[in-house]
Amino acid sequence: MKRCDALVDAGRRSFFARTAAVAAGAAAATTVAGEPAKAAPALALIEYPTRKLANLRDLKVNEPLDIGYPDDQSPGVLLKLGTRVEGGAGPDGDVVAFSTLCPHKGYPLNYSAGDKTLNCPGHYSRFDCERGGLEIWGHATQNLAQFRLRVDEAGDVHAVAVDELIYGRLSNVLQG
Amino acid sequence: MAYKRNIDRLPIPPRDAKVQNVVCHFCIVGCGYHAVSWPVDRQGGPRPDQNLFGEDLGQQQGADAGAWFSPSMYNVVKQDGRDVHLVVMPDKDCVVNSGLGSIRGARIGELSHSAVTGTLRDRLTEPMVWRYGVPTPTSWDDAIGLAAEVTRRVVEAQGEDGLIVSAYDHGGAGGGYENTWATGKLYFESMKVKNIRIHNRPAYNSEVHGTRDMGVGELNNCYEDAELADTIFVVGANPLETQTNYFLNHWVPNLRGTSLDKKKAEFGNEPVAPGRIVVVDPRRTPTIAACEVEAGKENVLHLAINSGTDLALFNAIFTEIAAKGWLDRAFIGASTTGFDEAVRANQTSIEEAARLTGLSPEDIRKAAAWIAEPKQGGARRRTMFAYEKGLIWGNDNYRTNQALVNVALATGNVGRPGGGCVRLGGHQEGYSRPDYPGGRPAPYVDQLLIGGQGGVHHVWGCDHFKTTLNAAEFKRAYKRRTDLVKAAMDSVPASDREAQVRAIMEAIRQGGLFVVNVDIVPTQIGSCAHVVLPAATSGEMNLTSMNGERRMRLTERYMDPPGSALPDCLIAARLAQALERSWRAAGKADVADRFKGYDWRTEEDAFNDGYRQHEKGGQFVTYARLRAMGTNGFQEPATGLEGAGPVAAGTTTGGTPGMVVQGPATEATRGKEVAQQAGANTGPSAAAPQTGGTERIIGTKRLYADGKFNTSDGKAKFAAAQWRGLQAEGKQAEKDKFRFLVNNGRANHVWQSVYLDQHNEFVRDRFPFPYLQVNPADMAELGLKEGDLVEVYNDSGSTQAMVWPTLSARRNETFMLFAFPSGAVGNVVSKGVNEFVIPNYKQSWGNIRKLADAPEATRKLSFKAQEYQAS
Ligand code: SF4
Ligand code: FES
Repeated sequence: MKRCDALVDAGRRSFFARTAAVAAGAAAATTVAGEPAKAAPALALIEYPTRKLANLRDLKVNEPLDIGYPDDQSPGVLLKLGTRVEGGAGPDGDVVAFSTLCPHKGYPLNYSAGDKTLNCPGHYSRFDCERGGLEIWGHATQNLAQFRLRVDEAGDVHAVAVDELIYGRLSNVLQG
Repeated sequence: MAYKRNIDRLPIPPRDAKVQNVVCHFCIVGCGYHAVSWPVDRQGGPRPDQNLFGEDLGQQQGADAGAWFSPSMYNVVKQDGRDVHLVVMPDKDCVVNSGLGSIRGARIGELSHSAVTGTLRDRLTEPMVWRYGVPTPTSWDDAIGLAAEVTRRVVEAQGEDGLIVSAYDHGGAGGGYENTWATGKLYFESMKVKNIRIHNRPAYNSEVHGTRDMGVGELNNCYEDAELADTIFVVGANPLETQTNYFLNHWVPNLRGTSLDKKKAEFGNEPVAPGRIVVVDPRRTPTIAACEVEAGKENVLHLAINSGTDLALFNAIFTEIAAKGWLDRAFIGASTTGFDEAVRANQTSIEEAARLTGLSPEDIRKAAAWIAEPKQGGARRRTMFAYEKGLIWGNDNYRTNQALVNVALATGNVGRPGGGCVRLGGHQEGYSRPDYPGGRPAPYVDQLLIGGQGGVHHVWGCDHFKTTLNAAEFKRAYKRRTDLVKAAMDSVPASDREAQVRAIMEAIRQGGLFVVNVDIVPTQIGSCAHVVLPAATSGEMNLTSMNGERRMRLTERYMDPPGSALPDCLIAARLAQALERSWRAAGKADVADRFKGYDWRTEEDAFNDGYRQHEKGGQFVTYARLRAMGTNGFQEPATGLEGAGPVAAGTTTGGTPGMVVQGPATEATRGKEVAQQAGANTGPSAAAPQTGGTERIIGTKRLYADGKFNTSDGKAKFAAAQWRGLQAEGKQAEKDKFRFLVNNGRANHVWQSVYLDQHNEFVRDRFPFPYLQVNPADMAELGLKEGDLVEVYNDSGSTQAMVWPTLSARRNETFMLFAFPSGAVGNVVSKGVNEFVIPNYKQSWGNIRKLADAPEATRKLSFKAQEYQAS
């Protein structure tokens, strides 16, 4: 457990370092004309924190576990599907994690164990957890943001990146 | 894996970003959006004082946030020649959508042409002429000169019937007042073209002649009525998927009971309750599932009729409410004629209707009670009637439309709060044209083209290869005829105009067809064209339209058209001027003179020439006033200006019942009212005010609120509309011969004929092929698995689709996505039409056989149920 805490901390550190750089860049861009702007180049991609979500032992097939990634304000779900899927992590290739903020208008998605989908009570959108968050039907203009996972030798499941913009953020890692 | 953009952040609009009004140019709802743009080398920041929204973007935004936009709303486009960031995001203050975006409209940004991000690089950018065996770019003068020269010679040889036209006649991206006026002026004023058709049907006709002939224009209520109704009775429509934000923002609150306060405020002591809904549809649609979630199953009545039997159901309901006396006698007496005759003529017992429709008698009685049984204390039940393509493109369109309006009139539900008898619509409307010179029924244009008639075909924003009926035969004939001309053009030097034109005319004499195609993207029918002209779309030009409650707005030009593309109205003007030159050069000065009056420099000039001069209330409407009224606009017709006071407030038909306030009788009032021939004393009721001001325009919330309708005596007419089985020729035989109903329609993800979506990876990845929903037991019998490619075929032709196993699909009843590029359902829709040449797409039957195992593109897809699962 200690080891994973350390990893979370390492992730947090890079997270803060990264946001500071972005904020500086943004501020520079909005300085009044005439003032000498300090150059503060931002990186092309966001530096995501690595965050431990759970250990494989904690996961039961088809029982969703609430998580947050890249931070607690961005809720998600960690799932052991029980069948190997493309993009699945872990020895069985069946562990996946998704944002649970509906990319339509940000209502919280509910997991339907019956058909392994995430469903939105806002306006009925549906996303398939077995197909990379594909929008089966709905109003969102993107498929569901999936959290990329890495499982280490100890069975700890870490989130390391996100593949779509998370609802309610113009930067997946909050800045400023 | 599902398609992902891998975008992890987006530029933030700075405080001084430019904000312009946009109305979604896709469906009829016309949701309000804003185009936010700023120079490409600048950005705002997360602090409230650094961004347009004044929000702290360093925090997670909550649900319904006004300060979040998705990657699909963003792009980098050209504005006045310079690259800018562009975000097209829903407007929270628009009363239509209150900040909701749909899966279609919220992709306007991404569906824009961008040389920087590469989106919609397939747009047409330069005029092209068939040369050297391919479509070859050239100048406007060159391309239009050839188009005009051939057109003139064909008209000389064959008369104006030799010119066949296909043209949009709607609003949004399907026209707009500027563009319908310009094309209308060219073909109906400068010329008298009768052989013209509309984008989705093979003749120049109304889809709703039935209701108009009764004096009831088809867009007569307001969206708020869906919040106020006791019952919504909806026929052949799937509003969650095809009028999405109208359903979400106005129907759902009623079904949920959250519009109760509004009802109380409007109706005082009258008893009110959360709304109930009756849905007439052979298919269980996503709309029905959503209604059950919101209203509870007990308040939703799904009448899953046998396909095409709507009319029998409506007549039985009409008979039942008449027998029970659930009528608005006062209204019938004061505002209608022909009630008693219609009751006699349409007499249909519940049992007979049950037999025809396949419904239970109890359900039919229940529907009648939900529509018309007086509320506690005897108050009249307020029912809103809504219909769309299931009725419009269904069996016996004209009579079925009338049978429904009968029920609405008998219960006093037109022109009243919580009522209305309306079509739900596809595109926005934006019709402003001189009178159509043809008759009724209008010529069946597809049959003319197939039969070798006409020598030149002008196609404006239509792709019949995807959207017409009898499409297989149409394509065969069209290719044959246009190839003759291509071969002729290839046989003489491209630079020798006179030789080219002579060769083309000779090919036409031998049955060839010369095609001029105006569009924004390359189309399937456009592959046959000899001249292709690139058009601008909404937002690349200023464009006015009205939505399904007649709400008129101006979409401002927020970006440049790609390449040298032009607004359609200015293309029409150039074509008119080229025709004038051609006629003059041919020594026909009298004909040439008819092509004067196109000296427009901008789309606003076309608007002022058309809408302002010819539409009812048009004298009050200017770009400046519309711009000031933002995304809320006003509801047509305009009746005056605030401050100056309404000129004709409270009435919808002018001083005299049925009169047109201004201008010649046209279909221009479509959706608003049925046009009447203007009589002697029906001139403008007010002098046109000055155009520079930004006074607010006063509009019309509901039509016929005064109880006066568009007939010569101002009274709505009940109609006799007897059941006559499957009306269109050949339909019954097709049903008897083939096993599967091939019902068809739209899906949420996709706009219209996929003309933009086919270039969008998000949609293409989801639907590489049109889907065909099939009951799993039928699939088992046919040896089919999910995602398999199948051929759907009958005697009209064949097409392909991917199989989507659907538990809620009834045995032997399938549903196929309409107008898809990789499988046109029109191939298997027979040529049978009604007496006014309205196609019948919905009642098609065919068989199914396997083409291939699920290809790579479908194997990765999800075929789980579309229906929302509560847990
Ligand atoms: S509901 Fe219609 S108008 Fe509104 S955003 Fe969607 S497609 Fe556009
Ligand atoms: S917020 Fe999820 S569907 Fe609208």
